[in-house]
Amino acid sequence: MIFKPLGSIGALVEWPEKIDVEILKEIGSLRQKIEKELHEVVIDIVPAYNSLSVFFNTSKIRYSSVIRKINDIYNKKGDDIIPGSKLWRIPVCYDMSFGIDLEEIARVKKMSVKEIVKLHTSVIYDVYFIGFLPGFLYLGGLPEAIHYKRRAKPRQKVLKGAVGIADAQTGIYPMESPGGWNIIGNSPFKFFSVEEDPPCFARSGDKILFYSVDLNEHKRIRKAVEMGSFKLENEVYG
Amino acid sequence: MDSHILILSPGLYSGIQDLGRKKYRSYGVPISGAMDKYSMILANNLLGNETDLPVMEITQTGPKIMFENCTLFVVTGADLSPKLNGKPIELNRVYSVVFGDILEFGKRNYGSRAYIGVKGGFKTDHILGSYSYFDGITHKSRLVKGDRLPIAFCGKNPEHSSAKVKIKKEYFKTDWLYVTKGPEFDLLTKKQTDYLFKKKFEIDALNNRMGYQLKNPIPRMKKKEIITSVLIPGTVQLTPSGKLIIMMRDCPTTGGYPRILQLTDEAINRLAQLETGDTFTFNLENVFSFLRRLAARFTDK
Repeated sequence: MIFKPLGSIGALVEWPEKIDVEILKEIGSLRQKIEKELHEVVIDIVPAYNSLSVFFNTSKIRYSSVIRKINDIYNKKGDDIIPGSKLWRIPVCYDMSFGIDLEEIARVKKMSVKEIVKLHTSVIYDVYFIGFLPGFLYLGGLPEAIHYKRRAKPRQKVLKGAVGIADAQTGIYPMESPGGWNIIGNSPFKFFSVEEDPPCFARSGDKILFYSVDLNEHKRIRKAVEMGSFKLENEVYG
Repeated sequence: MDSHILILSPGLYSGIQDLGRKKYRSYGVPISGAMDKYSMILANNLLGNETDLPVMEITQTGPKIMFENCTLFVVTGADLSPKLNGKPIELNRVYSVVFGDILEFGKRNYGSRAYIGVKGGFKTDHILGSYSYFDGITHKSRLVKGDRLPIAFCGKNPEHSSAKVKIKKEYFKTDWLYVTKGPEFDLLTKKQTDYLFKKKFEIDALNNRMGYQLKNPIPRMKKKEIITSVLIPGTVQLTPSGKLIIMMRDCPTTGGYPRILQLTDEAINRLAQLETGDTFTFNLENVFSFLRRLAARFTDK
């Protein structure tokens, strides 16, 4: 674990540069401990694949003290907090009208669209962090058979709810946006809402399982989401 | 009691900004906030407001607005030739207005962004801890003709000081920016750092609240991408083509290009006042002297 300053406002805590569930767990545990022990001086904590950025109140504490305290907290063994995580079941419609890149992936990978969908819905994904757009979940754990390179030319417009694949990652566009991921489906769920606090249902360390719904069900759920009557199925995990 | 201002024309790009959203980055929510915080805070200070009250940020071409109630206002930042009821007014000076008074702007003399502050601040949507406009977070992302914005009520004939300050024009025409080393600075070769600190960089037409792209590429990096990590305003990313992008206030919370430099907050303020075609050099501030300077400010209190 190494420390680097983020301008004058933050401390970047870095792990080796890889996507690794063990690192995710360490980051989650350290984050929880910092939230508990340093809440008086810390403004916000932002996890990513191999880093935790700790933004602190510069009028209360200085960088050197922050990193010393984080280091102490990290090295204090014995009281490891296992962050509680939830498993969320997320509906996705893999109809070709939404999954505009399914055909290409199927052709290149020499597999059927059905097989791609089956693989995509077969594993429990880890939420590594939220970034890029408000509510955009970076998910790890995509089966290797459907890893697929980012599009050479990003699209100007990707639909809200679009489910995409980029290399070893999968994720969902919470709002309409330009984007370079390959689109394989669409989820009717609302992934980000400023009316709620926190504004996103999941957090780093949670788990996601996708289940396939048809066009009619997608439509029905979208309506229910808009009416505020749809609740995502979830359970405490681990 | 409600007080309002009416937008008769919005100008090139105008919106409400304060010091931004600082507690929602882990949900992917950008910080946003005034591009030039110095000028934004100055507007509040001159009005006797709390420093973090929302102000109107205007860009290059100013709006035309009508006051529907008595209030005090001030214009800070860039000189876009402000006029009150057709008569030129001074920057950084508080004026009193009544119903029907019209504030408009003319020729741009220097700077890119000006700030209109009103007594007690704007009373627009407060979302996730901030008034700052951002597409997808606030209902509006920019002002349009016909918008009526609520402002604080301050009665008839509010008192105000005639205090005004003079800001040196150099503030708006800086040709160098203070930077510290970014997290991936050590990946740079000697050849690359020579380019970075000896060459002048020109601001590309691709510049907005999210980021400023620079025209002149530097030698490319062997390692083109990093695994996605955090970005903050002022982070300088080196893209695979060798071009640099400086992240600004609306930048995404994470990104995947090497972060080679970091502008100081003061440097972000100054960059926000530059425009397409302006040139500058990067001036590396030793991170330890920088932190010492901050620490000194801290212990003085």
